[in-house]
Amino acid sequence: MSLTNEEFRPKIVAFCCNWCSYAGADLAGSSRLSYPADVKIIRVPCSCRVNPMFILRAFEKGADGVIICGCHPGDCHYSTGNYYARRRMTLLFSMLDYVGIERGRTRVEWVSAAEGVKFSQTMNEFVETVRSLGKNVRLGDLRCKN
Amino acid sequence: MQELISRLKELLESGSVQRVLGWKKGDFTFNPEPAYFNSAEELSEFVYDGFCGANLSKYMIKASNLEGVTAVLLKPCDTYSFNQLIKEHRVIREKAYIIGIGCKGKLSLDAIKAQGVKGITDIKGAEIDGDCNELKVETLYGEKTVSYKDSMLERCHVCKGKEHMIYDELMLESADTLDADRFTDVEIIENLTSEDKFTYFQRELSKCIRCNACRNVCPACSCRKCVFDSTKFDSEQKANVDPFHESMFHIIRAFHVAGRCTDCGECSRVCPQGIPLHLFNRKFIKDINEYYGVFQAGEDIGQTSPLTDYTLDDMEAEERR
Repeated sequence: MSLTNEEFRPKIVAFCCNWCSYAGADLAGSSRLSYPADVKIIRVPCSCRVNPMFILRAFEKGADGVIICGCHPGDCHYSTGNYYARRRMTLLFSMLDYVGIERGRTRVEWVSAAEGVKFSQTMNEFVETVRSLGKNVRLGDLRCKN
Repeated sequence: MQELISRLKELLESGSVQRVLGWKKGDFTFNPEPAYFNSAEELSEFVYDGFCGANLSKYMIKASNLEGVTAVLLKPCDTYSFNQLIKEHRVIREKAYIIGIGCKGKLSLDAIKAQGVKGITDIKGAEIDGDCNELKVETLYGEKTVSYKDSMLERCHVCKGKEHMIYDELMLESADTLDADRFTDVEIIENLTSEDKFTYFQRELSKCIRCNACRNVCPACSCRKCVFDSTKFDSEQKANVDPFHESMFHIIRAFHVAGRCTDCGECSRVCPQGIPLHLFNRKFIKDINEYYGVFQAGEDIGQTSPLTDYTLDDMEAEERR
């Protein structure tokens, strides 16, 4: 069993806000900090741009974990966007937990443009958590797989 | 009841209202349906009893575009929805003359059938003037008696109270029906393992036939254009091999009404498949109450909805229980 877990590479979708977390990812890259290639970054204008449907869609299309990164509360480029995102995502992730998507598969993290180290650490941790949870078979669109 | 009908007649005849929005007799005594009454004569069809569960506040969206004033009959729980619709500018307050009517708990045919009663032809004892303790059910196999309380809709067991939030005049008596905690079922599910939660919801939601009854009846689901009508989604298809789209439909629908849902329970009442849809809405309500302070949509028009508001020190998603 542990052998299959070692082979398993989870698919992670990371929604990163353009102003902080995406720049943080950039910094992680230019500082030569590594994070797993399993993380696919989608750049969004602001963390509050993330529609709950995006997250369900990601799971449908085969993602094993979804993480949302935005500016630290108080630092939003649009002043208040991440405050709204925080409430929405708290409720949505609580609901996903309620319907049986393990809590470890969803995460919200605030990463500033200066936090390349935090970005890389967060992603390493998150990938590890999702890997230990295994493949997400719930909410996946079965028709896409043969 | 007679007093209510004569008051409605008086209103129609005096011309102070153009029409009455109420219920008329259905094919059986146990399935009255919402209807407009345009004249005093038409009121002979009027009925109001324990089976009139429909929340008429959503009908006021269309009635607000009609000429003249509509007299609408609202039960205590319906007034929350009406308030919420005023807040969202979906109904015009001046176009409605609200008669707040009493409620002694609304009945569910499914709950009666669940007590082992089959072949129902007629039900007596649901009259609003009665004491509402017992129902006499006439069936093909003889008469049976069931308790009124056991035959009520789930939402009446967790009643929000018999006080009207908005009205022009009040009529008929109410009786208290609250006898359960509204979050008990949510807590039971919360304490299951992820796998059991998933199995439970997959079993419930795979019954969904995407008839859209829950969406169409929901007073909060009153967008002119609904995201689920888009042809770009697979979710518009009626029958899906995969239960994903049903889950997505119900999760997203619950999310769209989060903070606006008054917990009127219409979604569960109309579901032809008997899916306990209120469990989704209640989960959001429970979370909102726990995380952002107790909030009841429709109680106060001036209050900001929790999802269009924030505080600087809100809880982080990772901190939730």
